[in-house]
Amino acid sequence: MHPAEAAARECYGRLLSMLAVRTGDLAGAEDALAEAFVAAVESWPRDGTPHNPEGWLWTAARRRLIDAGRRSKTSQENGPLLELAESVDAEMECTTFPDQRLRLLFVCAHPTIDENVRTPLMLQVVLGLDAARIATCLRVAPKTMGQRLWRAKTKIREARIPFDVDAADLPERVFAVLEAIYAAYGSGWEDVTGDTPAARGLTEEAIWLARLIVGLLPDDPEAKGLLATMLYSKSREPSRRTLGGAYVPLSVQDTARWDRACLAEAEATLSNAARLGRIGPFQLEAAIQSAHVHARLTGRDDPQAIAVLYDGLVQLAPTLGAQVAHAVARSRVDGAEQGLTLLEAIEPAESRRTYQPYWSARAHLLEQLSRPSDACSAYERAIGLSEDPEVRRFLADRKRALAPAR
Amino acid sequence: MRYAIAVYESEAGMEARKDPEYVAAYAAYLKALAEAGVLLGGAGLVSASTATTLRMKDGQRLVQDGPYADTKEELGGFLLIDVPDLDRALEWAARCPSAATGVIEVRATLPPVA
Repeated sequence: MHPAEAAARECYGRLLSMLAVRTGDLAGAEDALAEAFVAAVESWPRDGTPHNPEGWLWTAARRRLIDAGRRSKTSQENGPLLELAESVDAEMECTTFPDQRLRLLFVCAHPTIDENVRTPLMLQVVLGLDAARIATCLRVAPKTMGQRLWRAKTKIREARIPFDVDAADLPERVFAVLEAIYAAYGSGWEDVTGDTPAARGLTEEAIWLARLIVGLLPDDPEAKGLLATMLYSKSREPSRRTLGGAYVPLSVQDTARWDRACLAEAEATLSNAARLGRIGPFQLEAAIQSAHVHARLTGRDDPQAIAVLYDGLVQLAPTLGAQVAHAVARSRVDGAEQGLTLLEAIEPAESRRTYQPYWSARAHLLEQLSRPSDACSAYERAIGLSEDPEVRRFLADRKRALAPAR
Repeated sequence: MRYAIAVYESEAGMEARKDPEYVAAYAAYLKALAEAGVLLGGAGLVSASTATTLRMKDGQRLVQDGPYADTKEELGGFLLIDVPDLDRALEWAARCPSAATGVIEVRATLPPVA
């Protein structure tokens, strides 16, 4: 990321959270901040960049927010605005702003906010991403995305969703925030066969958010677990495709192409999390990745250890993706028959029907059970449910190798 | 909710119709749609150069060779699916093998005329 872009991103979420936390009006805060940025683009080249750019933007945005409040003439909104006007001047004396972004993240993942808008909301209000870009990456119609974001922000204002969290609700709310950040990482969690270019579009943003929350919640092991999980995944990115673009599964990836610095950071982050002594699904997910990585690097595979980690994961967070991966991990210890039994027990059965990883895992297990014709039709289903042409090609090759006659 | 999926093929996509792997990917895609219980119908179209257009002008029939719109991508086929919402429709559109080389247009359909 360009340093200026990084600085803008950093500054955007900090300023927006300070404005929104005081007024409870996310959309109004966004408008005011956008106007302040426009004013900066006009005046900074002319008058020179101010000594304290963030302070300049803060003052400009705050002034606009107060003006907008006066214009709207709704007296009920003037309370928080007046408070805003008074409270902040003291803060302006300091050069550092209090970081309110955690409260912004909590609002985005509030239980009354629809799950399908939590991730887009975070990407927009904390990072300043525009709706069209978010829509493309999450494969939603841009108009639909715009409407969802608008509705969520209206709800935050009108239902007066609090920016504070009770201590009792904290673990649950943190989990919701982490889940939403992980969703931005794309299909990494669920897609056992690879990543799509569209999903890769948000991986960097997801890691940025994970780093942010690790910084904001230094004593939360799960935040670290989430960051470690994504870093493990990222470290293997260079080896997931051949130079020609063909898909390469983990078991045959060229480990020399792994990003060692990223991998080392993942390992360090995971052990820091473990030191806090409270296990959770994201740490388990990271531990599974760590075990796979070690198996490849040392040549010593430990399927039993991996299966046990998956046992824990499906206990704590039985997502569809985790259940499918659990069945495959178990098959390596208890045999393909047992793996298939676990796979077929996944509930609800309805959700399996269009879930690509289910079908590719099923094909793989049927192949091991020497049921080529069943494996063949499972591969075909997996191909039909794939979005990535390279993944389709990989599965078609597997299918062809299975039944040369067909 | 019913959605039409119009598949606009690029030249590369039209050429790929001769590739058995592409044909097999389409077969798998259509099968996945059918097994999921969302496919209502559809068809692939032969080359747009074989199209014939017709319109009535001042009571006269005007018949011409070629497609209505002569664009770089051509309408290569269409599907009619029944899914709960646009998100699901786009999910299926993304799985269409032609998405990698052409353009997929997704549109809601009008309610049936009584």
